[in-house]
Amino acid sequence: MAHEATHSEIHTDKNDPVNVTNPEHAEHHIVSPLQYLFVYVALLVGTAITVLAAYWNLGALNPVVALAIACTKACIVILFFMHAKYQSRLIKMTIGSGFFVFLVLITMTLTDYISRAWGRW
Amino acid sequence: MDSAITTHPHTHETAVHTEHEHMVLPQHRHHFETEEQQREAGSFGMWLFLLTEIMFFGGLFFAYLLYRNWYYPAFVVASNQLSVPLGAANTAILITSGFFMAIGVWAAEVRKRQVLVWCLILTNLFGLAFLGVKTVEYKEKWDHHHIPGASFSIAEFTNPAGFGLKEEPLAPDMAQKTQIFFFLYFAMTGMHAFHMIIGIVLLFWLTWRAYKGEFSAGYVAPIENFGLYWHFVDIVWLFLFPLLYLINRHPL
Repeated sequence: MAHEATHSEIHTDKNDPVNVTNPEHAEHHIVSPLQYLFVYVALLVGTAITVLAAYWNLGALNPVVALAIACTKACIVILFFMHAKYQSRLIKMTIGSGFFVFLVLITMTLTDYISRAWGRW
Repeated sequence: MDSAITTHPHTHETAVHTEHEHMVLPQHRHHFETEEQQREAGSFGMWLFLLTEIMFFGGLFFAYLLYRNWYYPAFVVASNQLSVPLGAANTAILITSGFFMAIGVWAAEVRKRQVLVWCLILTNLFGLAFLGVKTVEYKEKWDHHHIPGASFSIAEFTNPAGFGLKEEPLAPDMAQKTQIFFFLYFAMTGMHAFHMIIGIVLLFWLTWRAYKGEFSAGYVAPIENFGLYWHFVDIVWLFLFPLLYLINRHPL
């Protein structure tokens, strides 16, 4: 049982990131106010960019750029303000799967609406 | 078979019974083995709730996506009646509110009671300021008869030049579809504002509890989970602002 012995040596530490069987392996991490300040400034800059981009005629790309900036800002908020970056794999997977299911629902519903008027646009 | 069981790594140890006797801390209830486990369970539950909120707002966003494609000319003209400066200012106000909330979570974690109380008050003030600006915007729509219903007026959309607007005039049937834009506008921003009102009520309660020192002795879960809720509401606005106010400035 040599390999099982090493197995238990490596994976019993509850803060060991390899230990996925223990749901509490995420070390409690306190984000510093300075880091929050950087995030805050980044979000304000993102807002300024998205407003400026709206007045710039990019044709069909205007909504794409606006949504790309919004997604970037949302990711920053989720990762740092909501501490997702420092959470356990369980919570990271939960967040990721939620957004994934949301995209699946949007795609499936859109597929339905687009195909109903197929060839008639 | 026996050896397989006995050599299985003990990754989730059963706590010794006597250790439970003195565990009366709110951050460590007796049915959790460790404080980390309780914290993790709380965050996990909060995230599951937020995922249901994503689906809820997602339905509204989807309706917007679909109707914008169907009645594009009406959505462009109606969307351009919203004030970008007010929307941008509100975005900055909401981000500021979220920033103080984040600092508040930090203050609770490092057990600074006064900083926490002030952060919660500032979070609340900026939240109220957001609703104040929103009220001004709603009032403007009321004055222009742009609230869907019996007194809705399409005059500005069929004859934009007569109202000093630089938009293309719409045929009356398409102009009626601007009601769908405003219906979605009020449904989405209204539901967002409703979430903020709930948040503000909770903030008053949490501020009072923080003032009594309940969250500056290691028990930060209510502050942390409320922070998740508040930031989620911020994120909804981060999408509402570009979609409702910004993306229709250059019609195709």
